[in-house]
Amino acid sequence: MVALGVAVLLAVALVYTSFSASTEALKPSQLLSAAPGTSADLTGRVVKGSVQRRGDSLRFRVADRDDVSKSIPVTYAGTVPDPFRGGREIVLTGTVDDGLFVGERDTLVTKCPSKFSSSNA
Amino acid sequence: MPSVVGSVALALAFLTAIFATVAALLGSRGERRWVDASRRAVYVLCALVTLCVVVLEVAFAGDDFGFEVVQQHSSIDTPPFYKLTAMWSSQEGSLLLWAWILSIAASAALYSTRHKLREVVPYATATMAAVAAFFTGLLLFGKGVDPFATLSPAPADGVGLNPLLRHPSMMIHPPMLYSGYVAFTVPFAFAVGALAARRLDAEWIRSTRRFALIAWAFLGLGLLLGARWSYTELGWGGYWAWDPVENAALMPWLTGTAFLHSIMVQEKRGMLRVWNVSLIVATFSLALLGTFLVRSGVLESIHAFGDSTVGPYILGLIATVLLGSTALIVSRLDDLRSPRRIDSLASREAVFLVNNLLLVALCATIFWGTFFPLISELFTGEKASLAAPWFDQYTTPIGILLVLFTGVGPLLAWRRISWESARRVFLAPLAVAAATATGLALFTDAADSPLALALFAFAAFALTGLAQEFWRGAAARRALAGGSLPAALLAVTSRNRRRYGGYVVHVGIAVLLIGIAASSSFQAKRDLTLRPGESAVVDGRTIVYERPTVETSSEALSFGAVLAVERDGERETTLRPSRRYFRPGGAEAGTISSYFEGEATSEVGLEAGGTSDLWASAAPGIAGVRRRARQADENFRACVGGDPGTPPQCEALSRLMRGAAANPGLRPVALAQIENLQSITAERLARGYLSDDAPATFRVIVDPLVTWIWIGGLIALTGVLIAVWPARRARRAPGRGGELEALKEAKYREIRDAELDHAAGKLSDEDYAILDAELRREAVEILDRERV
Repeated sequence: MVALGVAVLLAVALVYTSFSASTEALKPSQLLSAAPGTSADLTGRVVKGSVQRRGDSLRFRVADRDDVSKSIPVTYAGTVPDPFRGGREIVLTGTVDDGLFVGERDTLVTKCPSKFSSSNA
Repeated sequence: MPSVVGSVALALAFLTAIFATVAALLGSRGERRWVDASRRAVYVLCALVTLCVVVLEVAFAGDDFGFEVVQQHSSIDTPPFYKLTAMWSSQEGSLLLWAWILSIAASAALYSTRHKLREVVPYATATMAAVAAFFTGLLLFGKGVDPFATLSPAPADGVGLNPLLRHPSMMIHPPMLYSGYVAFTVPFAFAVGALAARRLDAEWIRSTRRFALIAWAFLGLGLLLGARWSYTELGWGGYWAWDPVENAALMPWLTGTAFLHSIMVQEKRGMLRVWNVSLIVATFSLALLGTFLVRSGVLESIHAFGDSTVGPYILGLIATVLLGSTALIVSRLDDLRSPRRIDSLASREAVFLVNNLLLVALCATIFWGTFFPLISELFTGEKASLAAPWFDQYTTPIGILLVLFTGVGPLLAWRRISWESARRVFLAPLAVAAATATGLALFTDAADSPLALALFAFAAFALTGLAQEFWRGAAARRALAGGSLPAALLAVTSRNRRRYGGYVVHVGIAVLLIGIAASSSFQAKRDLTLRPGESAVVDGRTIVYERPTVETSSEALSFGAVLAVERDGERETTLRPSRRYFRPGGAEAGTISSYFEGEATSEVGLEAGGTSDLWASAAPGIAGVRRRARQADENFRACVGGDPGTPPQCEALSRLMRGAAANPGLRPVALAQIENLQSITAERLARGYLSDDAPATFRVIVDPLVTWIWIGGLIALTGVLIAVWPARRARRAPGRGGELEALKEAKYREIRDAELDHAAGKLSDEDYAILDAELRREAVEILDRERV
């Protein structure tokens, strides 16, 4: 009985905290039309040849995974994972500010070009 | 030709697995003939799948690019070690690995139970053979996963292995994880067999306990190797990120841990039967889910696995396993009911139950967090994800409670503990825990993190309790047989491997958790941008960027730094972090600039120590190098084009190029010439970095006690080895009455256990007298059965 009660409590806590703590994952095309100040996890593909280093920060464009024509400019400062480069898929937490996506420090995640993916990814 | 051998062996393996399933089911009606046939079929299956693996490995070793899988995942330049391990970097290769490990584990399990569990084994064989049929069938009929697909004509070279994965632990990590996943099939299959045959005593557990323990150890080792790789090879300095794929391997490990504890309650007390079969079903399903997550792409993970065609099939298998097992458990509920109840909350079984609930709660939390993107998409239409802080807020407190109960469990006796005995065994651990907490709070800044302080105190409690167990066990042995203390310690351990092996595992886990708590709570991390000669202070140490370094090899250009670490004016150590830019191949090559834009990996500068690790990664400022590379590319173009004003050597080159344009036969020569020139130029440009005086960005981390994570893991592994090592008596060839023999052994062990508990002060004289009499009566009953 006690165990059951604790389990229910844990379940309620999980549901409650997860919906309030999570951030939405949005594609560049969705972010382009988002209200200024929207915070989100940006997911998409880094446009090849768009990566520029400006002092401490990086500027690049991120496009929809399936549609390269829709892309948003991004600025980011912080650690850059090893696999980061043009053409790779990334996830970055941040906010939209005047058509520019400002990434939070050290939140850039680059997907591993894993052994399990096709070699030309 | 070899590919035909492989294909035929695979097809035969599939048919053999089907035959073994059918024969085992026929044998379940009582015909020994069919049972023997099914067991031998599993041995044959193992031989056939081994042949498939050998064919593929020979192809990898011999650069046979006629095999599509070899061409896609290896190349002539790939070092030999990576050629042999490249097999499981492919989808088809890793599925074959699954089938191979399964066939080995199934053969071992059936060999060791050939004289036991007559009613259970046929169903268990059928279950394992059916899973083997699933995986061999998947390889045979699945789209795009034929390991023996050929390319004609065979290409001259292969694509090669991704540079990021060229790390020894990355090659050992997948087979370790897989061995863990797969070995859980054995206890699962025997649980199904026990349910189907209604033989729900603890015999199926006794027969498969070793497999469960080995599976657990492999899975743990796989997790540890993955963490180690992340720490030393990826430039971010962490070892765990709550990534879906990490979680997928952790979840079955947690339920497996719970299973290993709760089966002891069934062995000793005949309780928790429904719980045990449910746990092993959950563990096996989670292991399959781990395989599925890696193979599908349903979750956003840093491991971007290719969308594959095999995902839905594995999902189908998980659904079958869950539905079938649940139906089986529900239909056997009457047989599963235990005649006994828990006597007292202050007993080992009660603590095991609490630890089980905590482990399952931890697993459920991680499950929810891992699959939250799918859950949220279902309810809100948006894929939303949860980050590490969300996981931490649940896993940290649950983990701390687990450490507490890890400490309490071994101190309690089965059934109940008297007030008097409790005082005796808890006194020292409680005193040490209190002293540790006070000492840390007074003399260090551990109090800044109350949760970490609690963990340290609980870990001190657990470690003292374990030390006391060893001490009292050895003392009891000495009282009985004399000898020196170390000899007594050795004797008592080797005579009670399960118990003391388990204690060693607990020591390892406590040490590992201390390492995790310290390194995650008290880490000092700074990002610095320095020019050569400049310095900065991190956590009381001065980091001096002494000079840049450049290394060139046929594989990569590497830009690094020499960092001097000084403390109180004295040089403590030197760190040499660097970043390697791998030379591009194929379509990405063509310009000198491309040499600096390819795949790059961090080589971490690491000074590991007992109290703390110094960790540094570097992001060199190679903007100058790149600018000169672009300039060189332009010059090169002008040179080849024969533009006016270019040096005289250009003329020869430009003639060669014009010749190649007209005569395709000359092209390879011209290309080789250009590649050679570009390579030399790139190396010269790279060396220019030394005199650039360019700023580089460093991440420097001072990570306390992180080494103890790896040491704790090794201690735990040693404990597992002690626990699974066969006792000398058991190595005797089992006769026909193997099962009764095992039952007798188990009862004797219980009597010895009670003796030890009494000697260690956990059982009061009165309780011991009652328990001992009861156990001896049960032992006599078994002996009577043997005489019949």
